[in-house]
Amino acid sequence: MPQQQTQQQVFEKIQQVLIDALSVDDDEIVPEARLVSDLGAESIDFLDIVFRLEKAFGIKIEQSELFPDNILNDARYVSDGKVTDEGLEILRQRLPHADLSEFEKDRSVEAVGDLFTVDTVVRFVLSKLESQAA
Amino acid sequence: MRWIWIDRIIELQHGRRCVAIKNISLAEEVLHDHFPAGEDHPPLPVLPNPLILEGMAQTAGILVGHANDFREKVILAKVGRATFTDAAWPGYVLRFTAEIVRMDSAGASTTGTVHRLDPARPGDRPAALAEIEILFSHIDQARAGLDLPEHNFVFTRDFLDLVSQGGMRLGAAPAQKRFQEPFL
Repeated sequence: MPQQQTQQQVFEKIQQVLIDALSVDDDEIVPEARLVSDLGAESIDFLDIVFRLEKAFGIKIEQSELFPDNILNDARYVSDGKVTDEGLEILRQRLPHADLSEFEKDRSVEAVGDLFTVDTVVRFVLSKLESQAA
Repeated sequence: MRWIWIDRIIELQHGRRCVAIKNISLAEEVLHDHFPAGEDHPPLPVLPNPLILEGMAQTAGILVGHANDFREKVILAKVGRATFTDAAWPGYVLRFTAEIVRMDSAGASTTGTVHRLDPARPGDRPAALAEIEILFSHIDQARAGLDLPEHNFVFTRDFLDLVSQGGMRLGAAPAQKRFQEPFL
C-alpha cells in the first residue's frame, strides 16, 4: 500500500517534473500556469512529462490519458475552428481532471491547449494515486 | 541517422542497455578546425560537444530501435539534459553507455554516460566525460496520417550492419557482450 501523499507533496513533485521537462524556474510553476501558453510546452514535451510523472510517482500512464489526442483533427468534434457539442462531450469524458468552465464560453480550438494547467496535472495525478490505492 | 558516428557496438541488452565505442582520430577533419593554432597558441584539437551528443544519440537510438526489433522509426525528439565535464582528445576512445528509463508505444526516454578511455593506459579508470538524457519519439505513432515513407529510413542497412558487425544479433536476445575487462 503506497503511503498517502498530500496534495502539497504531489504539487512539489510535479513542480520538479515540470522544471526538468520544460527548463522553467520554480516560481513560474503556479497552479494556474498553462503548460503551453505560460510555460512554453511543445507537443514533444507532453511525452516527456508523462514519462517523468510515471517515474516520479511510480504510476503507469497511458499515452493520451493525460493529454488526449485525435480529438481536434476529427471533423465530428471540430467545426469552423470551434469544438462542437459532441466534441465538448468527448473532452469532458477524456479530461475529467480539467476545468472546462472557461473554455465552454468560446470553444475555440486554439484554447484547447490552455486547458492543460499545472493544476490539471496535479488533479490528474491525485486521481491516479487514489485509484491505485483503492 | 544516415551517417555512422560510432565505430562498434560492444554490448546490447534488449530494451535495457547499449554500449558503443568511438575512436577519436586526428585525421577527422573537424579536429583541424576545432581549434586551429593561433599566433600565440598551439592547436587544440578536441571533439566538439555536439558530436559527442551525436554519438550518444546513435547509441541510444539503436538501443530504442532494437527494443522493437527495428520496426519503429526512432527519431531524436528532445535532449533533456547534456552536461560535459571533460574534453575528448584524438588518440583516445569514447565509450557511450545508454539505458532506457521509460518506454511505451509513443517513444522512449534514455539516460547515458560518456567515458574517455586511454588506449596507452588500459589499466586506468575511464574518465567521466558527459551525462546525456535523450527523449526519442516513434515517428509513425506521433504523426499518424502524415505522408511518411513506408520503409524504415532511420535504421538503414548501415546501422543494422554496425549492430551485426559488433557480434550482436538483431532480434531479441539475452545480454550480449563482446569486450574484455579491464580495458572496457
